[in-house]
Amino acid sequence: MNPREDITLNDFVIRFANVNGSGSASANGMFAKALFRMGIPVSTRNIFPSNIEGLPTWFEVRVNDHGYLGRREGVDIMVAMNAETFEEDVSSLLPGGYLVYDNSKELPKSLLRPDINLIGVPISTMLLSEFSIQKQRNLFKNITYLGVLAGLIDIEFEIITGMVSTQYKGKDDLIEPNIRALEIGRNYAVKYLDAPIRFQVKRSDKVGDKIFVEGNEAAGLGAVYGGASVCAWYPITPSTSVAEAFEKHANKLRIDVETGDKNFAIIQVEDELAAIGVVIGAAWNGARAFTATSGPGISLMSEFLGLAYFAEIPAVVWDIQRSGPSTGMPTRTQQSDLIGAAYASHGDTKHPLLFPTTPKDCFDFANLALNLADRAQTPVLVMSDLELGMNQNLSDPFEWDDSTKYDRGKVLSAKDLDELDSFGRYLDVDGDGIGYRTLPGTHEDKGSFFTRGTSRDEFAVYTESPEAYERNMKRLEKKWETIKTLVPEALISMNGSRMGVMCYGTTVLPMPEALDLLADDGIILDHCHVRAFPFGAEVSKFVADHEMIFVVEQNRDGQMRTLLINELEVDPSKMRPVLYYAGLSISANNIYRQISEYFDQNNIAKVFEVKS
Amino acid sequence: MTFIAKPRVHHPSLPRNDLGLTRRDYEGSVSTLCAGCGHDSVSASVVQACAELSLPPHRFVKVSGIGCSSKTPSYFLNKSHGFNSVHGRMPSVMTGANLANRDLLGIGVSGDGDSASIGLGQFAHIVRRRINMLYLVDNNGTYGLTKGQFSATNDRGSTSKKGIANLYEPIDLVSMALQLGASFVARSFSGDKKQLVPLIKAALKHKGMAFIDVISPCVAFNNHVGSTKSYEFTRDHRDTAVNADLILTSPEVMADYEEGAREDVAMPDGSTLRLYKLDADYDPHDRVGALNYVQKMQEEGTVVTGLLYVDSNPVECHDIMGTVKTPLAQLTEDELCPGSNILESINESFR
Repeated sequence: MNPREDITLNDFVIRFANVNGSGSASANGMFAKALFRMGIPVSTRNIFPSNIEGLPTWFEVRVNDHGYLGRREGVDIMVAMNAETFEEDVSSLLPGGYLVYDNSKELPKSLLRPDINLIGVPISTMLLSEFSIQKQRNLFKNITYLGVLAGLIDIEFEIITGMVSTQYKGKDDLIEPNIRALEIGRNYAVKYLDAPIRFQVKRSDKVGDKIFVEGNEAAGLGAVYGGASVCAWYPITPSTSVAEAFEKHANKLRIDVETGDKNFAIIQVEDELAAIGVVIGAAWNGARAFTATSGPGISLMSEFLGLAYFAEIPAVVWDIQRSGPSTGMPTRTQQSDLIGAAYASHGDTKHPLLFPTTPKDCFDFANLALNLADRAQTPVLVMSDLELGMNQNLSDPFEWDDSTKYDRGKVLSAKDLDELDSFGRYLDVDGDGIGYRTLPGTHEDKGSFFTRGTSRDEFAVYTESPEAYERNMKRLEKKWETIKTLVPEALISMNGSRMGVMCYGTTVLPMPEALDLLADDGIILDHCHVRAFPFGAEVSKFVADHEMIFVVEQNRDGQMRTLLINELEVDPSKMRPVLYYAGLSISANNIYRQISEYFDQNNIAKVFEVKS
Repeated sequence: MTFIAKPRVHHPSLPRNDLGLTRRDYEGSVSTLCAGCGHDSVSASVVQACAELSLPPHRFVKVSGIGCSSKTPSYFLNKSHGFNSVHGRMPSVMTGANLANRDLLGIGVSGDGDSASIGLGQFAHIVRRRINMLYLVDNNGTYGLTKGQFSATNDRGSTSKKGIANLYEPIDLVSMALQLGASFVARSFSGDKKQLVPLIKAALKHKGMAFIDVISPCVAFNNHVGSTKSYEFTRDHRDTAVNADLILTSPEVMADYEEGAREDVAMPDGSTLRLYKLDADYDPHDRVGALNYVQKMQEEGTVVTGLLYVDSNPVECHDIMGTVKTPLAQLTEDELCPGSNILESINESFR
């Protein structure tokens, strides 16, 4: 080991440039997991094409001991394994960064930069003599560069070899060659390279009991815990893994021990219309049901969402958002379905939305959404995105209180019906706008009614009476007010500023870092992390209490800003959009830049008086 | 919906079934369809079939789409929940309802616009999934509520009320149901309750996807000379392959059919489905043969009715999926929630 004075410990961005379908995901995943197991906070980002094999794909890991998990711009270490993107990859390195590449073939000098460190490793050449089968030589390139990295940045080697052994348990003949390839890489780095380099890792205690998991996996597992018994879905990136996770976990956790029968039903249907139709039919008939989709699916589901709103049937939809409009960039992240989801369907409709930020949120919101849908008898949309759904994220561990009872809302049993003199499905008995419902088959001659998307009176009888129609629409408005008290409250931190910043979903992730950057520059902001729509009283108050509010989001049109202006009747000029929508997640630096530029351009004094 | 308001006056002469109920207990609200509409006969046939089978009138789910046909679930089985959903999407709502509660009997009512046009995809997929239900299509070849446009089941050359001929090929839902895996496929005519009621009874007892296409003339827009879905045309051009009857108790020998033309099929609940073959060579257990027969007769301008195909050992979606016998909607936290202990080891797997 060489003594270095310029070490940067546990703080860098590494990017792997690969070819889609080349088997790199496994090695890259092990890299991130190894650092996580060393107790170092990491966040991962897959930047992948809509393709099965052959197109460029990148995997980015941010390593940060402060626990800053948002995307950071610039790359410190580039593992450039894709000739096609080599030039672009070289240019994305920050000055002083490291380029790790296969120098088995000489590269044109013109591609290289004088201000970066070149780490050429003859990966192909080394594997040529070591492995006789061409397929193995190609496949082991990935694990070899993982070995090189282990040497370069000083990863605890036994953690990686341990992971290889676990991963190939049962296919033992694969363990030895994988470990051999790892060692080839590591030994080369130690022997021939100036290792370790400036960026290094060291065991840390910043991870604690956290877990490292994809949001979609958390959502699927959460739906199992939340008591969903019917799932209907249609494949669409980036939501597919929600349904797949539900099925995987249900197949382990929801099997009747005596009969082996399934305590759930999952059905891959013909399209998104059918998916939401099945969910509505199942919820109408008493099951907790959900579907998962992305923007195009929300468009297709709109008619049914209006039916469920008007006929007052619970339904849960996970929208794992991707870049729109239309097919847009189907494998890139965005938060651009808010308005489409909030007001989905023709006529006066609106739907509650939940905004998860972490896998723990995804797990918790799965049950919460089912509860809210049952309680409010209306569709609830959980607005995740590709960034959260398809990347491994650091998260608090999942928790479940065994005394938890599912909230099935106002459902009358046969006994309840026997005790009632009369039953009107749409009567506002409790004054909260939510009526009592009955499930099919409950009672032999009481409580049956006809569910319809047409107007009806309080007793579910079809009517075109203007008064009855208006009464019903007003009651639905009252229900909307009730929902404001049922959704999760915003998380607010007050720093005594006249100005605030609002964020939601994955824009929450870069905020701690952005707020620190801003504070260093004399800009102190109060912070509101919105977790649901409609907005509760605390959000109205936050907006009312601040002279100016920056709304940080990942879409072009400032959709959350629009919802806030529209629903809270706020003066638009006090709501400043802070936007990024190019398909990656917004970085802390970008947020900092946009807000501080606004201060500079408008000559706003930077240091506000801070109440101690 | 007050429970006491409407005393049901039953004429003392009305026969009571095994549950002590009369046909009135299976009725719905008063129809708002046109006088003479075929659909009302179909609803009446459902009422009669359910009453004769002594099925508890509250143990159904009635689901429909949009259109004249889709209004009809209001007109039968008042004690059951009904769901008038969106146009063409009855099958998905019924699929969900059936997944949630397999104990309830599903009756889906749809029309030719609902099932053969906007909902053709949903029709196809519920059939291939083999949801356990009775899928009734009130087929009149026209869009009634929008005043007489051709529907996709309208035959080429059949004319509208204004005398304009339909230029396009018809979609035959019976052929599609046969091809897609329905385990019970029939066609009937709303003007022949003697045929239709036993078919509905057999379909309700069938454990699997039972599809009945009912030619149900539209008196307002498609009952004129030149239409191939009129009462007159259907009466004149019908040919029945197999009639069915459902016998709940031990079967008595009927005299008016030849011995070789009769076949008894045992039903899961102990009842007997008795088939009377009007064409001795017709095999109602041969899916491909049935498809050929229907299409050949269609070429000749003949509407084949009766029980066209029945699978004696049907499978339904819950069997395919391996779901529990208890309705999923009735499972509680005990069965649904894996609990915190296992969650700890799941957390560990993410470290």
